[in-house]
Amino acid sequence: MSQFLQFLFSGLTEGAVYAMVALGFTIIYNASDVVNFAQGEFVMLGGMVTFFANAAGIPLPLAALIAILVAVVAGLALNRFAIEPARGASVVNLIIITIGASIFIKGLAQLVFDKRFHRFPAFSGDDPIRVLDATILPQSLWVLFGACAIFSGLWLFFARTLVGKAITAVAANRLAAELVGISAKRMMALSFALSAAIGAIAGILITPISPTSVEVGTLLALKGFAGAMLGGMGNPLGAVAGGLIVGIVEKMSAGYVSTNYKDAVAFIIIILTLLVLPTGLFGKARVDRV
Amino acid sequence: MLAREEASGPAWLSVEGLASHYGRIQALRDVALTIAKGEIVSLVGANGAGKTTLLRTISGVQPASAGRIVFEGEDITTLAATARVSRGIAQVPEGRQIFGPLSVADNLRMGAYLRKDGEIAVDMDRIYALFPILAGFRARPGGSLSGGQQQMLALGRALMSRPRLLLLDEPSMGLAPVIVDQIFAAIVRLKSEGMTIFLVEQNAFAALSIADRGYALETGSVILSGNARDLLADEKVKEAYLGI
Ligand SMILES: Nc1ncnc2c1ncn2[C@@H]1O[C@H](COP(=O)(O)OP(=O)(O)OP(=O)(O)O)[C@@H](O)[C@H]1O
Ligand SMILES: [Mg+2]
Repeated sequence: MSQFLQFLFSGLTEGAVYAMVALGFTIIYNASDVVNFAQGEFVMLGGMVTFFANAAGIPLPLAALIAILVAVVAGLALNRFAIEPARGASVVNLIIITIGASIFIKGLAQLVFDKRFHRFPAFSGDDPIRVLDATILPQSLWVLFGACAIFSGLWLFFARTLVGKAITAVAANRLAAELVGISAKRMMALSFALSAAIGAIAGILITPISPTSVEVGTLLALKGFAGAMLGGMGNPLGAVAGGLIVGIVEKMSAGYVSTNYKDAVAFIIIILTLLVLPTGLFGKARVDRV
Repeated sequence: MLAREEASGPAWLSVEGLASHYGRIQALRDVALTIAKGEIVSLVGANGAGKTTLLRTISGVQPASAGRIVFEGEDITTLAATARVSRGIAQVPEGRQIFGPLSVADNLRMGAYLRKDGEIAVDMDRIYALFPILAGFRARPGGSLSGGQQQMLALGRALMSRPRLLLLDEPSMGLAPVIVDQIFAAIVRLKSEGMTIFLVEQNAFAALSIADRGYALETGSVILSGNARDLLADEKVKEAYLGI
């Protein structure tokens, strides 16, 4: 029991990161039908930039802020220089473009940083907190609360604010949005910025628990994508649920079966979802465009 | 007789020598027309004549490849769509193009996206008064409405920008006659309140019946223009567009 609980806690923590990556996929997908495989690089940038800025003497909170800004700039550049010029390209071509962009960002990060793993101190120390007969790290709580805060914030943004609704309007009908004076270009840029910021925050929150390197983005993107698919591409609630499930299944299989297969879990989930449940657990959140 | 331009007010919107292309396909060639303040001007034409393209070009969601569009003395030919909305040009696009996932109220609110004044709620109530059926569906997703209700919503959404020139692209398309009557009644009422309207229709009889002047478009060119009453009586028009 205590072991199960322990795996569950670490699965939830890992899953919360995947959920944030999956949310990033969802926002961009809903705004533009683009499946952005560079999403993991935003997480990488969040952790790496924070580490190097912090190592250069900048206090952690400020370093984190800089990292978020760097990721946002990367997201805006990705949209402006890779996605926007390819408007109208097929889904497959757009995916290839985002994979190319992710390789490019990774390569650039290798030049600027290094290839080693890095971590920075946890925000509230490393003393485990006892919960029932297991323990949880204070940083795990940061990750979980961070994911909750981002999810609620996004929900409020899309359901309650004019700009949030304008993004939905562009996604639903780009022409009609232009005709009421919404700039579809600006909304696209905004959704890339938003996704990048969320990815970076995930990277900042998790790095004290799982050290980061320039290489971590690829697998994170894959696992976040698995979560988004499992939950139903385009559905924010599904993205969160899917991300958490991927994290939990991964840790359970690592704990009870073998750590060798940890990274295979995401692949298996993607394949099973495609075969058995192509619309995902929660289907698509969109109302039909009549 | 049709060549004689009816003496209407000075041109408020004028289109001169307008051309537009989709890739290598030319959809508009040398189109010229004028609209005076307070008029209803109808544009009729068969499928594929270029009516939608003309409205899209006036709204700025389709580039002009030649010619000029002048609105209130300002050349708006290269202005972004957003800027034209804020100048007072709104369009109800063909096929309604409702924001399906957004509620009826949010669809209307999006129409006022560029407005900064405090009277948006007042205007929304005006739309509900114009189309009472929408008032009962405020919270429903726009995509769940019937075709006629969506057309009313699309018209309401366009009005929410407080336009001074309203472009309507086939508002009667696919609707039951009783709904078409309601839509046309709303158009006439808008004119009586001072709105200027450019109405595109395949339903030429209905469109010309409520119009001051009319134009006919064929394969991208204006082939007829004149006073709406004269056009309705014209043999060529009768044959080509009225099915008489
Ligand atoms: N997106 C597009 N790409 C290529 N060609 C187009 C496109 N839209 C329209 N066309 C072509 O441009 C011409 C004019 O089309 P348009 O839609 O403006 O006509 P219309 O008068 O509005 O027709 P309808 O009565 O069917 O709505 C047609 O030949 C059409 O095939
Ligand atoms: Mg048309």
